[in-house]
Amino acid sequence: MSNVPVNNGRRRFLTAATVVVGGVGVAGVAVPFIGSWNPSARAKAAGAPVEINVGKIEPGQLIRAEWRGKPVYVVRRTEATVSSLAKHDDQLRDPNSEKAQQPSYATNAYRSIKPEFLVALGVCTHLGCAPTHHDGDFDQFVEGVSQGFFCPCHGSKFDMAGRVFQGVPAPLNLVVPEHSFTSEDTLLIGVGSDSSEGAA
Amino acid sequence: MLANFMAWIDKRLPVTDAWNKHLAQYPAPKNFNFWYFFGSLAMLVLVNQILTGVWLTMSYEPSGDGAFASVEYIMRDVDYGWLLRYMHSTGASAFFIVVYLHMMRGLMYGSYQKPRELLWIFGMLIFLVLMAEAFMGYLLPWGNMSYWGAQVIISLFGTIPIIGDDLTLWIRGDYVISGATLNRFFALHVIAMPLVLVILVFLHILALHEVGSNNPEGTDVKKPKGSIKPEDQSKFKFHKQYTDKYDIVDAIPFHPYYSVKDIMGVAGFLIIFCWVMFFAPDGGGYFIEAPNFEPANGLKTPEHIVPVWYFGPFFTVLRIVPDPLFGTMAMFGAIIVLFLLPWFDRGVVKSVKYRSKLHFINLTQFSISFIVLGVLGTMPATPTANLIGIVAAFGYFGFFVALWVYSKNEKCKPVPERVSH
Repeated sequence: MSNVPVNNGRRRFLTAATVVVGGVGVAGVAVPFIGSWNPSARAKAAGAPVEINVGKIEPGQLIRAEWRGKPVYVVRRTEATVSSLAKHDDQLRDPNSEKAQQPSYATNAYRSIKPEFLVALGVCTHLGCAPTHHDGDFDQFVEGVSQGFFCPCHGSKFDMAGRVFQGVPAPLNLVVPEHSFTSEDTLLIGVGSDSSEGAA
Repeated sequence: MLANFMAWIDKRLPVTDAWNKHLAQYPAPKNFNFWYFFGSLAMLVLVNQILTGVWLTMSYEPSGDGAFASVEYIMRDVDYGWLLRYMHSTGASAFFIVVYLHMMRGLMYGSYQKPRELLWIFGMLIFLVLMAEAFMGYLLPWGNMSYWGAQVIISLFGTIPIIGDDLTLWIRGDYVISGATLNRFFALHVIAMPLVLVILVFLHILALHEVGSNNPEGTDVKKPKGSIKPEDQSKFKFHKQYTDKYDIVDAIPFHPYYSVKDIMGVAGFLIIFCWVMFFAPDGGGYFIEAPNFEPANGLKTPEHIVPVWYFGPFFTVLRIVPDPLFGTMAMFGAIIVLFLLPWFDRGVVKSVKYRSKLHFINLTQFSISFIVLGVLGTMPATPTANLIGIVAAFGYFGFFVALWVYSKNEKCKPVPERVSH
């Protein structure tokens, strides 16, 4: 036993220093544990953006792409189709796209970046079935509207901007995923026009 | 020979002392009724879950490609695999039935009141971990309801402002629920959560034995030392940890009296348990839901996504609030108020037998509200169901508010000093 008097100030300093250094250590060692829960490189690669050449799509034609396991519909709308979009607003649930089913740059009358190209997930917002595209014979479902999407599972109806009609099971408009055009004819699905990445 | 062996052990580890302190010389009130079965039954189910769980792990394949098929393999090709799985899945529902009844007992007899607040909190932590454990376990068969149930619950975290989307991405480990999510849930379900659960159960029992068991009368069997005449004290030998500080009345040693009585409870429980397990292992679609007999499919949503029945009450609270964030907060709030119950109740009389008529009515309406919320949680949402749900949620939360208001100056009956029968 030494007879040196207890130096409380030094003890407090040493205790505090030990706690701080130990705390930094704990925080540091937590990094790999928390970090390993992020999507792996493989998951990121599988969820990478998808590039589509839209130059070859005929006016009025729909093509299907796959992005993150979901079907994406890309439609080249004719000018007549785009101009007819405003004519049935009173029959829609959310004609002005107020619900956040699309990125901000697609929150407009035609729900897209270019009026010509609709990009939407082909997943019904009711129970996830794939709606079918009807070009010309859609008026059997909605009088006076010749084009649109009809979900064969429970009869939900959407117009050519993916907006849902009233009186059907689907509660929301079709989701417009993050997308952008890297050139005149190249569509990139998964990267937004405001260069944000992620799910819509 | 055996005595020598035990003496050798006891010099090195206090085995006999621990046995006496917690079982053979633990003073348990002599008037436990059937409500006191559910603690030991919960232990039994926990052992069942751990044992069958370990055995299921031997044949289960935790991967997005193999999980569903491996469960079918267990059901069809592994000897007794079907039985082990049904023991486990029926055990999950039985666990919640037993725990809900155990909690009801605590509510009725005021077992959460001072000085048992920490005991109650450990119990609530067990309940919380149990819910996480059950939720993660339900994803593992990789059926379609597993998938979409997880989808709904994980998206709750997405309602948190700003960090919500990144948080759900971090929880899933992928842009959608995938094999990555399944694997981490598997790790948590079979290792992390059970470890935490066992530690919490240990602390729950340790805290119980420190403060002593409550009883249907809400009296104290531990009286101040020297206040009871020797002829009025319990005739049994109790551990000196209890008798050094207290005079013990109206108590019997846990073993053999309650260990034997609990065997009765176990027998009754197993009759019902086995009947379900052998004749209705899917619990009429409530223990294993119909869509879970087809594999997980991210493109095909089941007609009605409802959680397993034991999450029903909390799911209804979530669903009746139109705003997702507030709904999530209300759901977690429904659990947090339970944690705070010892402080909502400002009364000193424990048992409902001696409390006011008002308390009896409040407790009854709370139980009914809870059951109504639970039933609604297993049904599709309709405007009528929502309306009933709102009323029941008011009953649920109102219980705590009303309790806080009237318990301060509650008109109670006199509580007897001793257990009279």
